[in-house]
Parts: sequence; structure tokens; C-alpha cells
Amino acid sequence: MIGPNLSEWSSRGRALTIYLMLIAVIAGCFAFFGLGRDEDPIFTIKTMLVTAVWPGATMDETLDQITNRLERRLQETTGLDALRSITRPGVVTIYVDLDGAFPPEDVPAVWQEVRNGIGDIRQGLEFMPEPTGWMTLIPTIYNADTLGIRPDLIERPIETWAELLNPEFKGKASILDISSIGIMDMAMVCEAMGEVAYGDKGNMTTDEIDRTIAIFTEAKRAGQFRAFWKSFDESVNLMASGEVVIQSMWSPAITAVKSRGIPCVYQPLKEGYRSWGGGLGLSKSLTGLELDAAYEYIDWYLSGWVGGFLMRQGYYSAVPDTSKTFMSENEWGYWYEGKPATAEIVSPTGDVLGQAGDVRDGGSYMERMGKVACWNSVMDENQYMVRKWNEFIAA
Amino acid sequence: MAQTKPAADNARGWLLAGPMSVILLAFLVLPILMIGTVSFWGATEFSIYPAFEFDNYEFLFGSPVTYAVFVKTFMYAIVTWALTLAIGFTVAFFLAFHILTLTWQIALFLVCTIPFWTSNIIRMISWIPFPGRNGIANSTLLELGLIDTPLEWLLFSDFAVILAFVHLYTLFMVVPIFNTMMRIDKVLIEAARDAGATGVQILTDVIIPLSTPGIMIGSIFVITLVMGDFITVRILSGSQSANVGRLISNDVALLQYPSAAATAVVLLVTVLLTIGIMLRFVDIRKEL
Repeated sequence: MIGPNLSEWSSRGRALTIYLMLIAVIAGCFAFFGLGRDEDPIFTIKTMLVTAVWPGATMDETLDQITNRLERRLQETTGLDALRSITRPGVVTIYVDLDGAFPPEDVPAVWQEVRNGIGDIRQGLEFMPEPTGWMTLIPTIYNADTLGIRPDLIERPIETWAELLNPEFKGKASILDISSIGIMDMAMVCEAMGEVAYGDKGNMTTDEIDRTIAIFTEAKRAGQFRAFWKSFDESVNLMASGEVVIQSMWSPAITAVKSRGIPCVYQPLKEGYRSWGGGLGLSKSLTGLELDAAYEYIDWYLSGWVGGFLMRQGYYSAVPDTSKTFMSENEWGYWYEGKPATAEIVSPTGDVLGQAGDVRDGGSYMERMGKVACWNSVMDENQYMVRKWNEFIAA
Repeated sequence: MAQTKPAADNARGWLLAGPMSVILLAFLVLPILMIGTVSFWGATEFSIYPAFEFDNYEFLFGSPVTYAVFVKTFMYAIVTWALTLAIGFTVAFFLAFHILTLTWQIALFLVCTIPFWTSNIIRMISWIPFPGRNGIANSTLLELGLIDTPLEWLLFSDFAVILAFVHLYTLFMVVPIFNTMMRIDKVLIEAARDAGATGVQILTDVIIPLSTPGIMIGSIFVITLVMGDFITVRILSGSQSANVGRLISNDVALLQYPSAAATAVVLLVTVLLTIGIMLRFVDIRKEL
């Protein structure tokens, strides 16, 4: 036998063995709790839970208004594997499962993305408990307006709103005679000239209105304007006949002039655009079948055909995705993306507006709408403004 | 059997006058009362509310614009009146005294009315291409070498407005004057001639006095039409001039109904006064 026999020894000194074992267990326990470790071990759960509550809603309402909308948004999530949703009347629970192979370190960014996405639609999902006092419309179309010019008669670059009052165009300028819109075009000009600084061009003070109108009254007396226009066709005729070479204009009016084969540019200006938006509102007296018909009309209006038609005149549809299906790739590229036309550009009524290679004035949607300087609005001082406008016209 | 008692006569009279009274009451008196009422109301950006305040009138009479615009309105009315009278009288005179057969008189009179077969608006707008900077008038004058640069004042000016007014409203002068002239007994003219009157004397002492009712009726037509107009002024002045009608239309376009109503009331009173003054000179009822 070589060396001591451990088994024999331990069975002989039984009490000592048990004692040693207990010591070892206790010391082990102490050692275990004393071990260094991560406070929160990294363990990525690739599932997020989204819940929404709408007390009192029916099953259909909840599905339509919440589940579907949330799901549509969540489907855009990066690295998504599947969405599981449980809808009960008034309550929605959605599990957002990411792909198992998705890198764990990118997951927090995705959750942030989801939170932002939910935040975006949250405002649309929350209903006011009482009437807000605001008239609410569903947006249909909008655009960014600027000055229209006749490049063939001006023959030099126009870069600023101030050019409208440039004496060079004496007797050849025009502005629209619709006070609420005209005053803002005026403001763009006065600001560009450095004559008036505005706190808010969309809600001018009486002093700002006075100074703006004064500048234009002086210009009018000096014979700057050939005419003012109030209707669409008037603006087209003024421009097409050459009576006017620079004026306030609307996008379809430009296309109308161009479709007569007369060059006309919707000139982007460095100060930006004056923008406006329109929508459809419902009368509170609508009930039953009439109300359904009104909603159906709105659905139809936004389902794409109208948007496609208007976008081919240079407006923007509030639902560009549906409009896109009613536009050719070339048209979409030209009107929305600001790409050079790959073929002839034709107006909705069939007149040729541009050739292959032409680019829309002002460029893409992002470029144009990204340079909006002010939005049309009804000012607090509306009545005062209308009266001053009458003075201007009578001056 | 057919003997009617005074009471029945009376009733029949009421019955006959009834429909007209009802129509006038419902479609003339009530609306005017409504306008009068609303003219004292107040307005916000998007609504009007019942009130009894003089703000609208206060502003109207306190603003120099009102006076300027009324002066302009009268200017349009007077100039148009003078021109339509001169043209209308001449045309009527020619038709009544120089065309000898009734057939031709009627035929030529119908020719005068041909432009009226289309709408007022079309006749007005059709003027625009003609006097424009590159229009027919200017290009003709340029080609004839009469001018070097296009005449700017032909279009979008007071000239253009009055041109259109005269074109639109001359017929309203021709018709009543022609009508009264046709009823002048030719014997009177022969008698004047026999008594040794010259052509001018016959015109001033016989024809003009006898056709005054026609002139007056025509004048009332023209003046009320011109003073109430807004669209001709807007389109042909290129929105650069304003008359009272345009003030009202601007107010209405921006939902300022009370202010528009107040202006309308003042315009109505002005027109009534003008006509009242004109009627002081000639008693149409007696002359007819």
C-alpha cells in the first residue's frame, strides 16, 4: 500500500469528516456570495409588448381604429419576425417579436424606433372628451406657392420675392386680390426687401398690416401693377397674354400657361414658399345614410384617383401612397421625387407640359415643402386686414 | 246679373293687387329689411352674431376709403350716363326720324339688340383681348405707325371700365328714348318746320322736351345698373379700381356680412336719393 488510505481514514474519523464537510459548505456559501458579478447581466429578450386601451369601444372599432393601425405601423419595424396581437373590445395587446438571429446589440435602437412610431400615431388615437372648438378637417391637398414668371420676357434669374416690386417690372407685375392670401405674399415681399420684420406672418399685428399695405399702396400708385387677379383663369390669361411677367400664382395656373406652349416658371425663391393646405370637413347635421355617404366620399377622395389628378397639376396629395398608384413611374418621379422626366409630361387634361429630361421647378417634395416660410391662415386681425385691403384696392 | 256692388268691387281690387303685393313683400321688402337688420350685427372671423351696434356704420363713415369709393362710383355713373345718353339719343333719333318705314325701323332696332342675345358677362369679358398690351387695338395702331409703344391705359384702367359700361348699357338708353320718340306726332315737327324753326330748334324745342320721359327712364336704368355693378369694374380694371359694389363683394367673400350689409344700405339710400333728385326734374307719371 502506498500512502494513507483516504477512504479508510474518513470512515474511521467519521465525526471529523462531517465537520470538515460542513466547514467546506459554509465557507463555500460565503465564498459564493462574495463572488464578483455583473449587477444586471446582459440578457436580451427580443419581444416587446404594446398595449392600447380604448374604454367603451366595440370589437370592430378597436380592430379598425387601433389594432390595424398599430399593426400597420409596427410592420415597418426593423428585424421583425412576427406580430402577435390579442384584441378584446377596448383593449389591444400586441407582441412584437424580433427575428432570433437579430444582433442583440441593435435591439435597443429598434425599441426606440417602435416607441417613436407609436408616439407618432398616439396623437391620432387620442380623442378629446369634449368638443375642442376647432374645426377639424381631414387633409386632402396642399402645396407650396411662390411667384410665377415668364422667363422668356424677363431673361435673367429671379431669386427673391423682392423682385415683385422691382421697378424694372413696372406695369408688368400682379398680385392676387384675395386678401387673406395676398397679404401673405405681400409679407414675403416686404420681408425680403428688409422693410418689415414680422413676428408671425401667419398672424400679423395691426402695425405689421399697416406697414405692409403702405408699401404696396405706394407701389400701386407708382404703377407697379398691371392688374390684380381674383380667379384662376384671370391669372392664366394675364401671364399667357404677356400683360404680366411676374406675379403671385398657383401651381395649376402654371401648368395651364405651359400647356398653351408658353414658357412659365414657378420660380423657387431663396426666402422660401408660402404654403397652404385644404381638407374636407363634415357638417354636424349629417346623420345616418348621409353621414355614411360623406365618409364614403372622403374615402374615395383619398383613395388615389383625385390625388393622382391633383399631383399631376403640381399639388401634393395628403395620401401620396394611394395617389402613386394612379401615376406612372415617370410622373411620380417628376412631380414628387424631383427627378428628370424620362418621357413627356402630360397634364391631367392631356396637354403636354414638359419633355423628357425636364425637372420640376423647385425639385422634389422634400426640397419644396422643406422650404416653407409661412402658412396661410385666418388672422386674429382678419377684419382689420380686410378693411386695409379694401383701402389698398381703392387707392 | 253683372251688376257689382262697391264692396265686391273693392274685394276684387284687393284680390288683383294681392299677388303682386305678396311677391313684392316677400322678395323685396323683407330682404331689404333683413339687410337693414344685419347691418347692425357684429361679426367675427367666421361668424356673425345678432347685436345692435353702430360699429359698421361708424367705420364706414369714418373711413376715407368709403368717400373715395363713392366718388369713384359716381364718376363711373356720370361718365357712363353722359356717353350712353349721347349715343343712345343719337341712335334713337336716327331710328325714329331718319328711317322712314316701320319695317326697317323694327329691323334695325332688332339689330341693336343682337349683342344682348348673349350673357352680360360674356360681352364684358370679350373686351379683354381687344385692348390688351398685345391685343388687336394696340397691334393695329403699332402697324399703322400711330404709336411706338403699346398704350397701357387701354386695358385694366378706368377707360376700359367705362368702355365696357357704355357697351353694356347703351341699349337701356336706346329703348326708352326710341319708344317716346316714336310717339311724338310727326305733325308737330311739320308744324315747327312751317313756323320757320331750324333743325336745331326743332331738336331742342320739340323733340328733346317730348322725349324727356324716355331719357329719364333710360338714365335711371343706366345709373342704377352702373352704381350697383361690381364685376365689370373688377374685371376690366384688373381689380385695380374699386366701386361700392366691390367693397360689398370683398366683405361678403370674407364672411363680413354685417359690414357688407351696412355698405349695401348706404348704397341703396344713395341710389334712391339720386333717383329722387332726378325725378324732381321730370314727372314721369305725368309725361307718360
